Amino acid sequence: MTTLDYVRQRAESDARSRGYRLNSDASFLNDLLEGLKKNEERYGYPSCPCRIATGKLDLDRDIICPCDYRDPDVAEFGACYCALYIRGDIAAGTLRVQPVAERRPLEKQSAALVELLGTEVQPAAAPEPPSMEAPKAVSAGKEMVALASDTKRPEMGGKLKLWYCKQCGYTVFREEPPYICPICKAKKELFAEISIEIAEKI
Amino acid sequence: MKIEKVAGTNNKHKVFVYALSTCAWCKKTKKYLQDKGIEFEFVDVDLCDKEDLEQVKKDISKQGLGMSFPIIIVDDKNHIVGFREDKLDEAFMD
Ligand code: SF4
Repeated sequence: MTTLDYVRQRAESDARSRGYRLNSDASFLNDLLEGLKKNEERYGYPSCPCRIATGKLDLDRDIICPCDYRDPDVAEFGACYCALYIRGDIAAGTLRVQPVAERRPLEKQSAALVELLGTEVQPAAAPEPPSMEAPKAVSAGKEMVALASDTKRPEMGGKLKLWYCKQCGYTVFREEPPYICPICKAKKELFAEISIEIAEKI
Repeated sequence: MKIEKVAGTNNKHKVFVYALSTCAWCKKTKKYLQDKGIEFEFVDVDLCDKEDLEQVKKDISKQGLGMSFPIIIVDDKNHIVGFREDKLDEAFMD
């Protein structure tokens, strides 16, 4: 059984290896670790506590903690989407953690939703335009992208391929290259597909 | 749908929260409301079955929103996505 201590230690050592630290708000951190533990128990892997998972590994792979989006988010905002991991140069307690914009591509969110709903959902009607007197000051920020209008399963294909990082040689077998190389932090664009041809010997 | 109601002394607004049971931001949101004595209802979307989820999806789409949590709907029209203390303060100023 996964224990909370195990989840904590794993996150701590992961943070250390990256020069990050974990959120210094003890009760907030505890909630996140509890969430990771619960997800690991119900899905078999620690998917992101702040995102909705499907329980299907192929669809959730990018949001297994530490997710594909952690490093770019930590670099840009000082914290990951959940604010579990905090950039090392930000002193404990000084980061006023604001919600971080969701970097997970819409098509991945949609694919998860389609799986969860179990049907090909008809694209919903376009969201109503805000009426004149409506949204007081509390409309969503620009980062809160609406996902409403397209829940058709995108072209995932589900074809696993071999990818290698041209910078450090890290190789991975998945549908698409990672957002960022987990070893040398090269960007996605630096990955190339490895195609293996078996030449017929005459 | 398993909608839970949290009673509070301030029921001036109709407040509904879409949350995830595992999400620390959602917890913070619920706690914020509770601490302010604001009455609200919530549903933990990750615990919904398919049918309920369909309903949730429909309701959220109606507001033009995606599945990012928490979502706080105030008086059926104003929505706040994510735990934005400033926006919450603003919405519950009165
Ligand atoms: S956002 Fe943070 S907590 Fe969530 S999966 Fe990514 S690294 Fe883990």
